[in-house]
Amino acid sequence: MKTLRLPRSPKVLAGIGILGFFLLLTIIGPYIAPYNPSETLFIPNMGPSGAHWLGTTSLGQDIFSQLLVGARATMVVALLAGLVATFLAVVIGVTAGYFGGKTDDSLTLLSNVFLALPGLPLLIVIDSYLPVGSRSNAFIIGLVISLTGWAWGARVLRAQTMSLRNRDFVEAARIIGEKRYRIMFSEIAPNLLPILASSLLFTVLYSIGAYVTLAYIGLTSTSVWNWGTMLYWAQSNNAPLSGEWYWFVPPGVCIALVGTGLALLNFGIDEFINPRLREAGLTSKQRRKLGLPRRVRLGLTPVLRQPVTTRVPATAKSVSQ
Amino acid sequence: MLMISRRLGLYLLTAWVAVTVNFVLPRLMPGNPIQNLIGKIQSQVTPAEINAIRLSFGDTKQGWLGQYFTYITQMFHGNLGISITLGAPVTSILRESVPWTVGLIGLSTIISFVVGTFAGAMLGWTRGSRFDSLIPTATFFQAVPYFFLATVMLLAFGSDLHWFPVLGAYNQTVTPGWNWPYVLNVIRYAELPLISIVLSSIAGWMLGMRNMMITMIGEDFVLMAVAKGLPRRKVIFHAARNAVLPSIANLSLAIGLVVSGALLVELVFNYPGVGDLLLQAVLNADYPLIQGIFLVITLTVLAANLIADFIYLALDPRTRTEAAV
Repeated sequence: MKTLRLPRSPKVLAGIGILGFFLLLTIIGPYIAPYNPSETLFIPNMGPSGAHWLGTTSLGQDIFSQLLVGARATMVVALLAGLVATFLAVVIGVTAGYFGGKTDDSLTLLSNVFLALPGLPLLIVIDSYLPVGSRSNAFIIGLVISLTGWAWGARVLRAQTMSLRNRDFVEAARIIGEKRYRIMFSEIAPNLLPILASSLLFTVLYSIGAYVTLAYIGLTSTSVWNWGTMLYWAQSNNAPLSGEWYWFVPPGVCIALVGTGLALLNFGIDEFINPRLREAGLTSKQRRKLGLPRRVRLGLTPVLRQPVTTRVPATAKSVSQ
Repeated sequence: MLMISRRLGLYLLTAWVAVTVNFVLPRLMPGNPIQNLIGKIQSQVTPAEINAIRLSFGDTKQGWLGQYFTYITQMFHGNLGISITLGAPVTSILRESVPWTVGLIGLSTIISFVVGTFAGAMLGWTRGSRFDSLIPTATFFQAVPYFFLATVMLLAFGSDLHWFPVLGAYNQTVTPGWNWPYVLNVIRYAELPLISIVLSSIAGWMLGMRNMMITMIGEDFVLMAVAKGLPRRKVIFHAARNAVLPSIANLSLAIGLVVSGALLVELVFNYPGVGDLLLQAVLNADYPLIQGIFLVITLTVLAANLIADFIYLALDPRTRTEAAV
């Protein structure tokens, strides 16, 4: 099996860059934060300055430190929830698609029910019943979020498994007498990889939104620093209306950047799955140089042949410079 | 028709799950939640309300099954219990706030879907042109949490530039009713929340439609249409009609997400819909109200899904004969 090689378009590179930066922040954020984010050491409501890059809160906490420390909780919960949800999606989706029949009917019904239930209100209802102690527990919050976020992935994976199930190579494995789980994990699973990756990106994106939203409305512990609690405190101290943009804009922009990074990476996977979406990472200038039509013509998907593909890495490099 | 009856069955089942979640969750709470709750409220609770709380937590002599039937019967009679903090029946509270939400979110979803799909079709058709640079921007907007974008818009266009009125659904000086000043005022106050919901949700429709359009353009029937010499407008429509199907099939998923996000937009703008109500209910641990809101939102989303299914049926003749998967 070939490894998943993403098209090297500028979009994908940008996505990897953004995500790499925030993953790094997740690891080192709490160590490089200049101050303790909870301690009320400073003059309240200071604007950005050399000592406090993003100013201070109305309690006199350093906002920049909160942003750095908050990266970890936000990213960890999002990744955890994304992983658990994707795991659920694989188990339910692949089982439904592979076994078919009654198993399929009941599992499809289950995921359809979860798809139709509006996620956030359900999350709020479940979360409001959690004892206050477990609201600061990232693990529990992550699990609850994954409970509302697995269904979409399961649906997509089921469809793909069903289309793979009757292909010749799977048929061949079955005739040889391979065991069912071996067919599922060795024959079918590798071909699900791109869809799996895309579904993971989506669930992480969903989880980050859900977690931040729960924190923003005050349903997670307000003493754990994440970007949602920052927005919660900013909102409850009227930062937006009093013009303290440096308090509520940075966490929101960070959330949006992580989301953009995930979506950009997903473009690469989309192009991998659906070759018609590919532009081979070429700008219109490079297209002209390679003798390709500048705009894709109807009914013709441009194919880059051998001599050109070897030149692509070089041109792609020149783009990034 | 098989498709519609299957979908209807699914939605009924989903509604039942929502109802059951509401019933089971309070009974799974550890400890003595009733006393905690009554202690937490610390306001003047009438004995009737305490009784209502007891009932909603299953503190009766009845067994679970009996309670469940009582609960369902009560619900069919439109009795969703009494709000702990507001002291009024949940049904009558919801009657005042639901129309605002349905109006605002319904309208913005329709605008966002129509404009986004149209823009996506054009982007797909003219792919490779300079309009492609719209895509990263759209992606960024898609990733911004709804409530955050709403806050920024409120700050920039409402309180700084004063282009739009902020906070609330209408000016207190006009008298509510079917008169022009009031209607115009309501529209004026809805503009900014509407724009921010549309901005947050439009990118998804646009990108999905663009990708489907690009895929469609490669199909033979589009090439055939061009070869026949049909005017470009007709060819685009021909391709777009087929490309839009997955978008509509996904509408049911997206409605849930859009509603979730839009509830928070209401919160930011202090809009008198269920979003604001839900937050208050959550902050005050007003469980009957939380449950009532959850139920109403779920039922509304399911109704919207059913409408989307009918549209799909009208657009795709294939589903009329076969069972939809």
